[in-house]
Formats: sequence, C-alpha cells, structure tokens
Amino acid sequence: MAETVAVRPGPEGSREPGGSAYFAYEERPRVLEGLRAYGLIVGMWVRSTMAYRASFVMTTFGNLAATAFDFLTIVLMFTHVDALGGYTLPEVALLYGVSATAFGLCDLLLGSMERLGRRVRDGTLDTLLVRPVPVLAQVAADRFALRRIGRILQGLAVLVYALATLDIAWTPLKVAMLPVMVISGAAVFGAVFVAGAAFQFVAQDASQVQSAFTYGGATLLQYPPTIFAKDLVRGVTFVVPLAFVSWLPTLYVLDRDYPLDLPQWVAFLAPVVAVAVGALAGLAWRAALRTYRSTGS
Amino acid sequence: MRLYAVVAAGGFRRYATYRTATAAGVFTNTVFGFILAYTYIALWDARPQLGGYDMAQALAYVWIGQGLLAACAMMGGGFEDELMERIRTGDIAVDLYRPADLQLWWLAGDLGRAAFQLIGRGVVPMLAGALAFDIALPGSAWIWPAFLLSVLLGVVVSFAVRYLVALSAFWLLDGAGATQMAWLLGLFFSGMLLPLPLFPGLLGEVARMLPWSSLLQIPADVYLGKHTGWGLVEAYAFQGGWAVALLLAGRLLQSVATRRVVVQGG
Repeated sequence: MAETVAVRPGPEGSREPGGSAYFAYEERPRVLEGLRAYGLIVGMWVRSTMAYRASFVMTTFGNLAATAFDFLTIVLMFTHVDALGGYTLPEVALLYGVSATAFGLCDLLLGSMERLGRRVRDGTLDTLLVRPVPVLAQVAADRFALRRIGRILQGLAVLVYALATLDIAWTPLKVAMLPVMVISGAAVFGAVFVAGAAFQFVAQDASQVQSAFTYGGATLLQYPPTIFAKDLVRGVTFVVPLAFVSWLPTLYVLDRDYPLDLPQWVAFLAPVVAVAVGALAGLAWRAALRTYRSTGS
Repeated sequence: MRLYAVVAAGGFRRYATYRTATAAGVFTNTVFGFILAYTYIALWDARPQLGGYDMAQALAYVWIGQGLLAACAMMGGGFEDELMERIRTGDIAVDLYRPADLQLWWLAGDLGRAAFQLIGRGVVPMLAGALAFDIALPGSAWIWPAFLLSVLLGVVVSFAVRYLVALSAFWLLDGAGATQMAWLLGLFFSGMLLPLPLFPGLLGEVARMLPWSSLLQIPADVYLGKHTGWGLVEAYAFQGGWAVALLLAGRLLQSVATRRVVVQGG
C-alpha cells in the first residue's frame, strides 16, 4: 500500500518543528514518517481491541460470515447451472477469491477512511490537522478494526478451494502472478478508497457513493467479465481500472480471453496501474484536503 | 392515535432532510442493481424459467429488491442503533416514563422513515431498472395497491425483528454484533441475494417459512402476479401472522427487560 501513503498530505502548518526531539522526528522522509505513525496508531487500536478478546473473536467471525453469504449465493446459483457466462464454479471461485482477498486486505488497512465524511461534517478533522503526523496516515488508521481480518480469511479460503480444484497449467509467471495480483489489487482498491475520501470533502453526506465503487466493485469482480455489458467492462478497465484487480490477471492464469480484445501481457500491467491510480488518488487527496474549511460559524 | 401520526410524520421529515445522502443512496442502489441484473441475465440465459420466473420477471425482481432495500431496512439503518444507544446510556428510563407506548412510538417513527425511503430511495432505482432493462410490469392496475399493502406488512415485520434485536442491548449493552447478525440473516433470507425459490431442498423450505421472506420475496411475488385470489389472502395472512407474533414477542421481551434490568447511570 506504500504508494497510497507515499503522497505527502497535510497542511503546511503541521510541519513546524518544535523542540529538538521533535526535529529528529521531522528529519525522516515523510513517507516513512507516515508509515511509522500509521503503525503506531494501528498498534494502539489493536491493543484496545484485544482488551475485549471474546468480542474480537465474535466480530471477526461475524465479518467472516458476512462475506461468506456472498459466496454461498454463488454456490446456490451453481446448483442450477454448470457454467455462468462460460465459467465453471472453481473458475468463478478463483475470481471471487482474488477479489475478496484483495478487497479484504485494503479494507483492513484503509477501511476506516469511510468515516472521513463524518469527521468533516462535525469538524473533528481539525484535531488531526494540528498533529505533526500526515493526515492521510491518521485517517487511514483511525479506529483500525482488526476484525476485518475475517474478510481476508474468507477470501483466502475460497482462493485455496479454487486453486485446489482447478487444473491449471502452471508456469513460473503464473505462480508469480498470484501474489502480485492480490497485492496490486489491494492497492487499486486502496486508491479508490483514498479518492473516495477526497470526494467526501466535497460531498459530505454522500459517503454512500463511495460504496458503489468499493463494495460494488468488489461484487462486480466476483463474477466473470463475460456476463456484463461491454460498456460496463470498458468502464472498469479504462476509467476506474478495477479490472486489474482480478479480471485481467486471473484470466491470464486461467488462459481465458478477456472480452475486450486486449493482448495478454496487459495482465502484467497490474502493478503499474496500481501505482498510477495510487498517485492520482494521492493528488486528489491533497487537493481535497486543501479545500477543507472547518465547520462552525 | 394523533400522537403516533405526528411521530410518523416526523420520521418521514427527518429522513427527507438529508437529500444528498438520499441521492447517494439511490446511486449506490442503482449500481448494485446493474451488477445483480447482469448476473441474473447470465443465470436465466442458461436456465430460462428458473424458479418459475422468466427473464423479465427475474429482472423486475432485482429492481424491486433495490427499491425496497432501504424501505425495509434490509441492511439496517433504521431506528435500532438509536434505540440501542438510548438503552446503553440509560435514556430509555425517560422514554419509559412518557405517556406513549414505547413499541408503538418507534413503530410510528419507522413507518414514517419507510414511507420516505420507499419514495426517495425506491422509485428512482425502479425507474432506472425499467429504462435500462426489459422488466416485467404488473398485469393489471389493482396489483399496485396489492403490492404496496404487502410492502407495508413487510416493513412492519422488519420493524418487529429489529425491535427484538434492539432490545437485546438490555442484556448485551453493545448490540453491534446482534445487529450485524440480524441484517446478514435478513439480507440472505429475504431473497435479496437470490430469490428464495432458487434455494434448494430443505434450505428453501425453511427460508420460505422464515419471517424475512415477508420483506422482499412476498411483495415481489405479489408484484409479479404470483399471488392472486385466495393465494393473495394467504400471503397477507403469512406476513400479518409474523408481524403480530413478532410484535407480541417484542412486548413480552420488553416487559421482561424493564422488570429485571437496572438502568445504566448514576
């Protein structure tokens, strides 16, 4: 996720050096500083979660069950058909597993950004602005919820099932593609989360629009691209490049043709696309943060 | 009665205030409707007449689901968080003192909310779906009022379930887990993810008997003309029966809770 945190957000005012200890802290590059702060805040929330261990176990299980219903729906669909859009259950499971794991990873690391709209509305974002820590790191780590790991576990379980049942002609490149697509997929979703957070500065009450792209995108990618209208597939390939999360890389692993006549090597662009959209989202975030005017009269 | 009418009107106005949020919700419902519609097209392409629905009916089902999602509070978002917060903080003691029935008070407010969300969040996704896809329309005009009555009963069942969930806060204090489980079950067993006739064997039989089928499956079937004559009366009786049973269960649980639970606070 480095590229999403890599941007230097934060108002200029927060960079004023304080005492000498403070100065040493400031000398670190902003990226490392942001990551360090993110780690510290996350650690704090994890410790506070672990104070209520039973509650943590139950909510983690709840999160796991929540997404399991999605997959159960797909399994139920396959009790009536042998193939959906030309894809068998294990193939759809691979698409599902990659999309769900990537989204789960991103949701764990950046899911709290959804709450930004509320902070903008009630003005509590001010508190984050005066701290000597990049705002993006603070917003991303705010109320870090370790229970979201349940979603990742569920995605991984489906992924393992798919890999165990599918008969794939493995090559070194295909093996390498697996971790690459999960990580770059999470980064693409991360960019959507950051861009969505930037959008919330403008449209404070409209945080639900973000869900259409995050949760909606994750749902869309769980199904094969062949069942959707061409224009929709074009949209998620070229406009909001969610197709690089699972569709393009997974279809490469499965040796399937992408409905849009793209050469196979495009699948390898996933990390490049992830970095590019991450940078764009970072720029949007900086621009949006500059427009922030606190509430009140 | 006048009091509850005022509360209901208040519930309507309260949700009507947040126009941007409503527009955002409509957008999200529409996007999900599109995704779901394409998966259903693939499914019904492979198996026409699946579950007794043709393609146009299956697509209508998708958009009815998106239209009712907010009104029937299938993903939460109704009064329950607020009631649970009042139980947790002890404000509930004040509520119990008021010269109004606690359950009817919240029911009135929730009906007001549902009425707004049926119009504000339901109509536009339905229209979008009707424009973008070839969806089945009711065969005759009387189906519309029949459908709306079924939706009303569905909202009451949904309320009664959420009221029970909210009361769990008397014992659990933090009702987040209970709420999450409730909306998960609701989403799955209402037929939101997949129509209940497509559930196989015993799972299907159980799912069709559970109260959640009142939220979407039955109203959608009424819209699609699957229940007519005595069948329609039976469908209403099923919904009404669950509504009464669950509301009574709510009153019972409430009396147990208020008798034995010590209110939080100093």
